[in-house]
Amino acid sequence: MATRMSVLDVRAMEVRRGARAIVADATFAAAAGEIVALMGASGAGKTTILRAIAGLEPIESGTVTIPRPVGMVFQFHHLFANMSAHRNVWLAPVHVLKQPRAEAEQRAHELLAALGVGDRALAMPHELSGGEAQRVAIARALAIEPHILLMDEPTASLDPARRGDLAATLCQLAMQGRTIIIATHDAEFARACAHRELTVEGGRVHVVS
Amino acid sequence: MVSMRACVSARVVCLILVSAPVRAQNPPELRWGGDAEGGAPYVEADATDPTRVVGFDVEIAQLLAAGLGRTPRFIQVGFTSIDAAASRGDFDVGLSGIEDTPPRRARLAVTVPYYEFREVLTVRSSDKDRYRSLADLRSHRVATLGATLAYDLLVEAERRDGIVVVTYEDDVHPYSDLVLGRVDAVVLDAILAQRGVRRNSGLTNQPAALAVGHYVGILSAEQSALRDRMNAVLRDAMRDGRLERIFRRWDVWNDDQPRLYARVLADNSPYPVSPSSLVSSTTAPDATTMTPEAMAMRTLSAPDAWEAARRYLPALLRAAVITIVLSCLSMVLAVLTGALIASGRIYGAGPLRLALTGYVEVVRGTPLLLQLFVLYFGLAAVVQLPAFLAALLGLGLNYAAYESEIYRGALEAVPSGQLDAARTLGFSERQTFFLVRAPQAFRLALAPMTNDFVALLKDSSLVSVITVVELTKETSIFAANIGSWVVPGMMCAAIYLAMSLPLARLARRIERGWRHG
Repeated sequence: MATRMSVLDVRAMEVRRGARAIVADATFAAAAGEIVALMGASGAGKTTILRAIAGLEPIESGTVTIPRPVGMVFQFHHLFANMSAHRNVWLAPVHVLKQPRAEAEQRAHELLAALGVGDRALAMPHELSGGEAQRVAIARALAIEPHILLMDEPTASLDPARRGDLAATLCQLAMQGRTIIIATHDAEFARACAHRELTVEGGRVHVVS
Repeated sequence: MVSMRACVSARVVCLILVSAPVRAQNPPELRWGGDAEGGAPYVEADATDPTRVVGFDVEIAQLLAAGLGRTPRFIQVGFTSIDAAASRGDFDVGLSGIEDTPPRRARLAVTVPYYEFREVLTVRSSDKDRYRSLADLRSHRVATLGATLAYDLLVEAERRDGIVVVTYEDDVHPYSDLVLGRVDAVVLDAILAQRGVRRNSGLTNQPAALAVGHYVGILSAEQSALRDRMNAVLRDAMRDGRLERIFRRWDVWNDDQPRLYARVLADNSPYPVSPSSLVSSTTAPDATTMTPEAMAMRTLSAPDAWEAARRYLPALLRAAVITIVLSCLSMVLAVLTGALIASGRIYGAGPLRLALTGYVEVVRGTPLLLQLFVLYFGLAAVVQLPAFLAALLGLGLNYAAYESEIYRGALEAVPSGQLDAARTLGFSERQTFFLVRAPQAFRLALAPMTNDFVALLKDSSLVSVITVVELTKETSIFAANIGSWVVPGMMCAAIYLAMSLPLARLARRIERGWRHG
């Protein structure tokens, strides 16, 4: 499937909730620097595929090969509500990666600035607009230096102008060698930034030419 | 000693239905109020039929009713609220070993005394020669029943002799705690003291009387005409020996009574004898040779309410310190224990969850009052907790159950997305709890916690049942002393508000602070 060596390799993945298979036999791969769009209607299983890859859903059968850590940007961002945007970004580097605090804070500032929200560093999550919250969430995901970034419905909270900005940002990240998997039902956005589109239907993944 | 029980079974027991339906009856009723918790020989529930009461006060009520051509009907009233109930007119006359005091005379219509008692010092028999009077008990704990002549006596001795006064809500536990060594002496009237010595082995009553007092009936101030008719009935019963027969039946007749009756019959005024008198314990002559007239009498004057308020304010403030210290320490215990219980119920293994759920249900499902009793009195045979510690544990562990439910609810109310985000970032469960989940839950819990703390501040008044004198107890002592709840009640409410309002403000400020980051 992938022309270059795969970074992400999902084979015959099945996720069940009780007797119901939410994802059945999902198989696909993605290479370094590649942006892959998982397309499909609501309820097709896109989000569940992302969550299973991220380790948030138990896999019934099949395999997922993926380098950790995985960066995940949720549809509703899930910024930690009890702390500022800045602390949201440096918290994991300090507590999980054990980076020195000063270094992690500096890096967080740089990430926020690079994503265009440097001036919102001290804002609390509830004070941010949808677009701002998304960029803080991307910064938080990037702060743990993942090889792969998973994004769930990234355009849901953006107006058309912001969609263009986001597409540009993702292209830039991909050029730095990151693999990006986007779950979206926004065909226009997928065409604008994805290298490859896959269709999810009834929990199965199809290749779209 | 001729057993009390023998006398009880031999006497003609006159019985009164407690909850007889009220009907238009001929002859009319004489409603009389008393506290059946006071027990024998005053008023107690009949052992063979708890819906009926027996006691010498019951028989005096019957005697009064018969003299007035009425049918007696008993009304249960808590002893500490008997004055207030009398002045409200909840009953026609209150009879329950009620002491003749100046405040009662000032606010109520009081009958002539029908019984004279002496205040007696009870000690452990082994201390009989060491503690002969209150002066020998400097810095020792001396117990009594709150809101009584004995209490006033001890408060004065606290100033004069440096004793430590411990007040009880009932007249049984002072004696059992004396046996256990929680207190070193008890001062109460001779009837109770004799009962205490009879029920507990190893106790001795000192012969010297500390004071002399009288039992009276109380009516609302407007009922002085009815009071005068009752006085006539009582004087007749003194003359013809009916009162003597009642007290002999209850085994409390002694030589003080004929002397009292002679004085009452010699003077036809409403108040033929002065109210209760205090006798200095250091100068009291031997009770067997002492006549009431010979006693150096000192009359307690009826204090003006505002003057009394000024006098009681330091005591109320001291009691308020007990309330606030006890409440704060209990809340700290409740918060820490509650947080552990909540975490255990969310993260713990099955058996632990089950045990913690059981704890919460048992503690929430039973009265705090009962828990305090069990901790302090029930466990006394195994471990003797000091009163303050028992109060702290009782309140803290009780509120821990409520706190744990608040925290559990708050922890579960933190959106799962927050936990998902923490997991994808690689936080351990422990890190997620302390960095993300608990801080957010704490914010959700703050308002109900403030609520609980204010509730605890007021529930702390329950600890007076295990002898801790806090603000409400001190207020009720004050109210009983001056015979009115108006001024003490207002002062008490003002102090509680002064404690709870700043707390609510502080909680609001913390919440606001969080909102701004």
